[in-house]
Amino acid sequence: MQWETVIGLEIHAQLATNTKIFSGSATAFGAEPNSHASLIDLAMPGTLPVLNAAAVRMACMFGLAVDAHIAEYNIFARKNYFYPDLPKGYQTSQMDDPIVGLGHLDIALDDGSIKRVNITRAHLEEDAGKSLHEDFSGMTGIDLNRAGTPLLEIVSEPELSNAKEAVAYAKAIHTLVRYLNICDGNMAEGSFRCDCNVSVRPKGQTKLGTRTEIKNVNSFRFIERAINHEIQRQIELIEDGGKVTQETRLYDPNKDETRSMRSKEEANDYRYFPCPDLLPVHIPREMLEELRTHLPELPTQKRERFEKDFGLSTYDASVLSASREMANYFEVVEKTCADAKLATNWVMGELSSLLNKENLDITQSPVSAEQLGGMLVRIKDNTISGKIAKMVFEAMAAGEGDADQIIEQRGLKQVTDSGAIEAMLDEVLATNAEQVEQYRASDENKRGKMFGFFVGQAMRASKGKANPQQVNELLKQKLDQ
Amino acid sequence: MHQLTLTDISKALAAKQFSARELTTHLLARIEQLDPQLNSFITVSKESALQQADAADELRSSGINAPLLGLPIAHKDLFCTEGVRTSCASKTLDNFIAPYTATVVDKLNKVGCISLGKLNMDEFAMGSSGETSFYGPSKNPWDTQRIPGGSSSGSAVAVAARLVPASTGSDSGGSIRQPAAFTGLTGIKPTYGRISRWGMTAYASSFDQAGFLAHNAEDCAMLLQATAGFDERDSTSAQQQVDDYAAALSLPLQGLRIGLPKEYFSSDLDSRIGDVVNNSIEQLKQLGATFVDISLPSLPHAVSAYYVIASAEASTNLARFDGVRFGHRCENPQNLEDLYLRSRDEAFGKEVKRRIMIGTYALSTGYYDAYYLKAQKIRRLIKNDFVSAFKDVDLILGPTTPNLPWLIGSKIDDPVAAYLEDIYTVPANLAGIPGLSMPAGMIDGLPVGVQLLAPYFQEARLLQVAHQFQQHTDWHARTPAGF
Repeated sequence: MQWETVIGLEIHAQLATNTKIFSGSATAFGAEPNSHASLIDLAMPGTLPVLNAAAVRMACMFGLAVDAHIAEYNIFARKNYFYPDLPKGYQTSQMDDPIVGLGHLDIALDDGSIKRVNITRAHLEEDAGKSLHEDFSGMTGIDLNRAGTPLLEIVSEPELSNAKEAVAYAKAIHTLVRYLNICDGNMAEGSFRCDCNVSVRPKGQTKLGTRTEIKNVNSFRFIERAINHEIQRQIELIEDGGKVTQETRLYDPNKDETRSMRSKEEANDYRYFPCPDLLPVHIPREMLEELRTHLPELPTQKRERFEKDFGLSTYDASVLSASREMANYFEVVEKTCADAKLATNWVMGELSSLLNKENLDITQSPVSAEQLGGMLVRIKDNTISGKIAKMVFEAMAAGEGDADQIIEQRGLKQVTDSGAIEAMLDEVLATNAEQVEQYRASDENKRGKMFGFFVGQAMRASKGKANPQQVNELLKQKLDQ
Repeated sequence: MHQLTLTDISKALAAKQFSARELTTHLLARIEQLDPQLNSFITVSKESALQQADAADELRSSGINAPLLGLPIAHKDLFCTEGVRTSCASKTLDNFIAPYTATVVDKLNKVGCISLGKLNMDEFAMGSSGETSFYGPSKNPWDTQRIPGGSSSGSAVAVAARLVPASTGSDSGGSIRQPAAFTGLTGIKPTYGRISRWGMTAYASSFDQAGFLAHNAEDCAMLLQATAGFDERDSTSAQQQVDDYAAALSLPLQGLRIGLPKEYFSSDLDSRIGDVVNNSIEQLKQLGATFVDISLPSLPHAVSAYYVIASAEASTNLARFDGVRFGHRCENPQNLEDLYLRSRDEAFGKEVKRRIMIGTYALSTGYYDAYYLKAQKIRRLIKNDFVSAFKDVDLILGPTTPNLPWLIGSKIDDPVAAYLEDIYTVPANLAGIPGLSMPAGMIDGLPVGVQLLAPYFQEARLLQVAHQFQQHTDWHARTPAGF
């Protein structure tokens, strides 16, 4: 049977506020356990939450960026369950009236096509603390530093049809929240994590299959692997005559498998109800308009502009707009050399492989955008060839200075004086008189193949510095005369 | 000295008739002597009280004459007081030393009040008799066989027995007004949000309101003035400007229109209490007020709606008492579930458990619409009833309670009967409007209270009417025999 997969993602993006969503404690990662836990975070009797306005603004920015409905009032609710790292015995979250309503995001797929993914909602909530099971000899330690950290939970419609699409969507959200400066996107520290809802159904069936939820997947690679694994598990289960049960599963990256965490029957009845300690949050329309003016150029807009203004393919444009830093880098290179195609090739080619090799991100690039652009100028004005440029680039990466300095110091300037090139070619032809004879005796087809030999000899003789185009032209003239 | 009102003491201290230390020493001695039979205090802060008294005397001698400087007070034991046990009269918090101070206490400390200690109450403010306290019931000084009302039971008893001239209380469903009525005191529950809830342990967050019990309206005005106002730590506290309450006291009642809701005079009401209310109406007429009959048609549903919503909120407010970070933890928990179950089972009393169960049920999937949501709709109707009534009248008057204080133990096994005693007080909490109970008569040696209700933030009007009434009556000045 042909199977069809339906995936929806719930992404938790930790908002980049300085303080927690309902208390004045710092949100900094990695501090001494419980050093960022105030009376409120400890849920001391008599303490009350006060909403962090910065978190509200960030959520609104996200809503504007995905063209979502942002209601004039939104409401916080209590989600009740007992857990030692949940100090109040409830999580303050949003249920019926979230801050961000229906929106959408266009994502670029690998084949260059664009898919519109609808976003059901995004709501504000507080994170829980951490239970530490190691180092306490049979006991559990509780660290409440993270308790109360603001999260934006972004819920997609179940519209993604395979693991690759899910990853493309997750990456697009990741890019977006970083463009907006509302989340640092650090997946290793848990600032951006993903719950994947996965179901399968026979191809053509409209009714959705029973879904499972894979909790807290914290890398794009794991999202892809967890989903693929879960799809396979569900298909095999059904084909073996079994039934998928609605449950929460955990992905174990070490074993590359998902396993059951709790079933629907075991699930909590969260007893959501409006939190009486917080007033409905009013979002004045003027505030939205003011925020709109502060929105940066968004990834989709940037990608479209790159396609339109620079004639880039959708794929190239989306790679170059994947982060604000990458896009800025590219734009500086492009502006410096005034050649979008050349800039694209170098940023996506040599620069990217250098960064990959060194495991650096664009902000840590050893070659600045100005340096790279400056070198490309020298390619364009024929000071160096593309081949020499690779050498110059490596030297720049090694910290030897700007392209011009390196070209000067190493004497890499291209020879463009046709007199000098001719003299050099005459010497090459004289040294290879036998091959010249053969060449001249051959037919057109054979000549074409042999021509490369002379070019190679000539370039070697000039140590790569002769202008390749001139070499080609003059060589042809001399051999064909 | 102990017979003096807060206002009298303020004047006497200013006139240096006695020092704050003399007064404090005297009251502490009375507490030591009399409270064992009344059980109104959970914790007496003898040393810190004397220190505060000395500090007040020192400030006074340096020429500072703030009106509340050196005035002794005591706090209901749900207000957090830094370094002092804050038990909420629960075994759960029997060992809990609060690490911070509630706004209302802090404000009173800052204007020079002396805290004599922490007062008994129904456990987590759940009860109308004081009997649900882990520390045992407080006794009504007018008849120690009887309950003093609740949940601010100790707050009422300590003031009525002249152990302290005034106290803080909290009123979520009548917990200030009803014990004030049962012990011959003036008790004010301000508008919801008028005084910050920061540091007041939550029972039912959308109802909980701090207030005061004292001998007269003038004293209540002084305390309210010092504590009302917005607090940035409580998002539900009101931004509304605070009126000058003392200035309002002396205004005449001429032209004031007072509504008498027929629902407050139904067959539930002890007819003798009805007579007391009628006498007070006559008195107020003589002072220039006019009375009109009104109706608040949704009132018969108030008690049911109140117990559903308040219990729902309580069920989650008390989830934090899990034995993990503070409060009672069971011995040798076997696992997490055992820790939760036994810590909570061992430390919560019967009434608290009952309300947690009611509230959990009312919020559960499948019951939410039928209970919680329906109760919220009733709440809205009741609020609307008051809003439309106040288009026609300036105030509403009725009895505070349908019955006299009952015998200790007589309703302990009939919670519904006890809940129904709140019938006249819960409507104000559902609507969030301010209310006041003032002594207006005696029946069989027991005090009777009359209740005044006002539109939002019109506490000044409540205090004005009560004060004018008290200028022409002496019910508020009566002292139980032996105190």
